[in-house]
Amino acid sequence: MKNRLKVLRAERDWTQAQLAQALGVSRQTINAIETGKFDPSLPLAFKVARLFGLPIEAIFQDEPAQGQSLQPAAQR
Amino acid sequence: MSKSEQNAEVWQTTLKRSTLSLGLWSGSWLLSTALLAFGPRFLWQFDTLYSLLALMLNLGVGAVMIRANIRQVQAMDELARKIFLDAAAITLGVGLVCACSYGIMEDIRLISFEPDISHLMILMGLTFLVGVLAGNRRYR
Repeated sequence: MKNRLKVLRAERDWTQAQLAQALGVSRQTINAIETGKFDPSLPLAFKVARLFGLPIEAIFQDEPAQGQSLQPAAQR
Repeated sequence: MSKSEQNAEVWQTTLKRSTLSLGLWSGSWLLSTALLAFGPRFLWQFDTLYSLLALMLNLGVGAVMIRANIRQVQAMDELARKIFLDAAAITLGVGLVCACSYGIMEDIRLISFEPDISHLMILMGLTFLVGVLAGNRRYR
């Protein structure tokens, strides 16, 4: 899963520690999400969306695995 | 102080408190295990009543330590919980596989001594430690 967390954080001039504090997680968690090593849970993703005032899909984008389509079966 | 700062402070305080509690109860469990192991021989000359009391103390403190461990996991954030879970899964697997093999080794005469449960506990402890360190390194 890709995300724009780093960009959004930079736009607001927040440090990873400040964002971690606002979300109630560790700085390590923010770093792992930003580098794509860790996908947040749905509740944390909603918390991030609420904090930035954006819909979840404007922050997190799914990356389908190779050869996998996200289109509904009927449209394929 | 903003609400988010208050929340973060509460979260960090809870985590520190649960870590301290886990450390204290783990230490207490270790002491009660030592009492159970050495008390009968060196303190009360195998008196059954005292041995039973020591056993009950050991099990009681162990139960509280397990509860403290659960609280510690609940206080962790989701990445720390994932690292813990991964390390616990590896430890469970290594423990199961090695316990089976170790138990059979004496029967098939690959070792000449009786398998000791403490060896398995040391192995599981070290495996968990390495698992947590590897997880922290991975998500650094």
